[in-house]
Amino acid sequence: MASVAGVAPLKERRGHDLWRRFRRHRSGMVGLVLTSVFVLMAVLGPLVSPYDPAQADYLHVNAGISAAHWLGTDNYGRDIFSRTLVGARYSLSIGVLATAFSSLIGSIWGLLAGYLGGWFDALSGRITDIMLAFPGLLLAIGIIAIAGPGFRNVIIATTIFGIPIFARLVRGSALALKERAYIEASEALAASSARIMFLHVLPNILAPILVYITLRIGTVILIAASLSFLGLGVQPPTPEWGAMLSEAQLYLAIDPLMAIAPGVAISVAVLGFNLLGDGLRDVLDPRIR
Amino acid sequence: MWRYVIRRLLELIPTLFGLSLAVFLFIHAIPGDPARLVAGQDASQADIAAVRVRLGLNHSLPVQYLYFLKNAVHGEFGLSYRQQVPVLQVVKEHFVPTLVLSVSAILLAFLLGVVAGVLAATRRNSWFDLSVTTISATGISVPSFFLGILLIYLFAVTLHWFPVTGSTSLRGLVMPTLSLALAPLATIARFVRSSFLEVAGEDFVRTATAKGLGYAAVTYKHALRNALIPVITMTGLQFGFLLGGAVVIETVFNYTGLGWLLIQSIGFRDYPVLQVLLLIFALEFMLVNLLVDLTYGALDPRIRYG
Repeated sequence: MASVAGVAPLKERRGHDLWRRFRRHRSGMVGLVLTSVFVLMAVLGPLVSPYDPAQADYLHVNAGISAAHWLGTDNYGRDIFSRTLVGARYSLSIGVLATAFSSLIGSIWGLLAGYLGGWFDALSGRITDIMLAFPGLLLAIGIIAIAGPGFRNVIIATTIFGIPIFARLVRGSALALKERAYIEASEALAASSARIMFLHVLPNILAPILVYITLRIGTVILIAASLSFLGLGVQPPTPEWGAMLSEAQLYLAIDPLMAIAPGVAISVAVLGFNLLGDGLRDVLDPRIR
Repeated sequence: MWRYVIRRLLELIPTLFGLSLAVFLFIHAIPGDPARLVAGQDASQADIAAVRVRLGLNHSLPVQYLYFLKNAVHGEFGLSYRQQVPVLQVVKEHFVPTLVLSVSAILLAFLLGVVAGVLAATRRNSWFDLSVTTISATGISVPSFFLGILLIYLFAVTLHWFPVTGSTSLRGLVMPTLSLALAPLATIARFVRSSFLEVAGEDFVRTATAKGLGYAAVTYKHALRNALIPVITMTGLQFGFLLGGAVVIETVFNYTGLGWLLIQSIGFRDYPVLQVLLLIFALEFMLVNLLVDLTYGALDPRIRYG
């Protein structure tokens, strides 16, 4: 028991130490605040929004800013503020779910490739090469072209899109760790491959994975919004920010707020995750860039 | 050098095969019978069967793949479902606008990015440095299509300086180029800044200063040249993302390039055109990465080809 008692405060101190360093990271803190606001919007948005985001009001179409409608109304008379507030839910759930799936699948894949090596590594290297050969969001577009648009398929497309990136990151880190003395020691003690991979290799590469996950959520939000903007993602009248922007483009001359509200929302949400990810990277591991 | 080029080209072959397989399977992964799609809505069973034989769909999948490869080598990818003309003919006229747009955007991003990054690094912690870092953090986060819409609102709807959309003329190129260039510009500026700061702290730069070289010679000849090497790789990667971004920007501005055609083809379920477009985008990206690796060696004599 003494050893357990001795370990716990050490871990606690380490967490405390990281938080103290993070707190002094100014842009990282800005990112934490922005992402917290975004998460709050997604969780509480539907509860506190002043109007039903789907409720049309044909008597007050494209009305400007007023006390009743803080950001005016759109071409159907729907409250832009409420729609933007509720829209956070779609972007956040796509960003978090797709990143969770792709980091999980990608990490297991990368661990297997890096640790087992051999033909499996060679084959998986080829497969990631092919997946990464499609620049930008083209892989996601190709998948949507097969599967069709919609909320669920956007999550599938962005998940697949992220898998090779995590696989490559984890494989590289696992390869570097493989030669370390303590891994060799566990091998000498006849520990199973699975035990070594998950208990020894994985915990030591969690820091870069966590940084990638944070940055990746921002990217996925951007990709998902782009897909919806192109009509390949979440479809109007759902108040998804990218879909809102694509509707807004037709009314740009008479109602620019229709575009500005969701556009600023996407930008700020993505900025939040980018700043948070950069901050985490500086604090967790100054060596990785 | 030539041996290295040939080896890199040979290394592309397995990826190319995989890519062709992925693109071949793409059209088979689509739910529904392609023969029925080609034959049209009110085709009889006999018509559909005839189309199936004409397209070679009656063969087994591996045989079909071999036919696909054979035809691909001859540049034959079938007829566009929508226009009933060879796919390459459809794609050809949209190729140059995208090339012009993406090359001008990456040149703008590279030149401005390097200048802004170096100026920020040499004036570290000044107001200029602060604004470059702030603008680049924002530039990475703003979706290109939102920037495009803002530019349209400001310069086309309000000020009437540029045509709103749908023009591939030189004036029509300005706003799409700016929208497309922002994200890579921000990334490159940030990267140049940190790369330059890193190199400026190295021994050989201190030696250059110590042996009495002037500030300009040290900064622009010794430090910049070495700082630029990783930037070239970064720019190549950014060019890839930019190709993907062109799909969105071309749609915003109704700019009739390959990306615009891609979205149109999805709308019309014109899968043969879609197939070739995916192939072209991937090939272009692979080619750019190859060029980047070769440039890398030309800039850095330490890299030996072997």
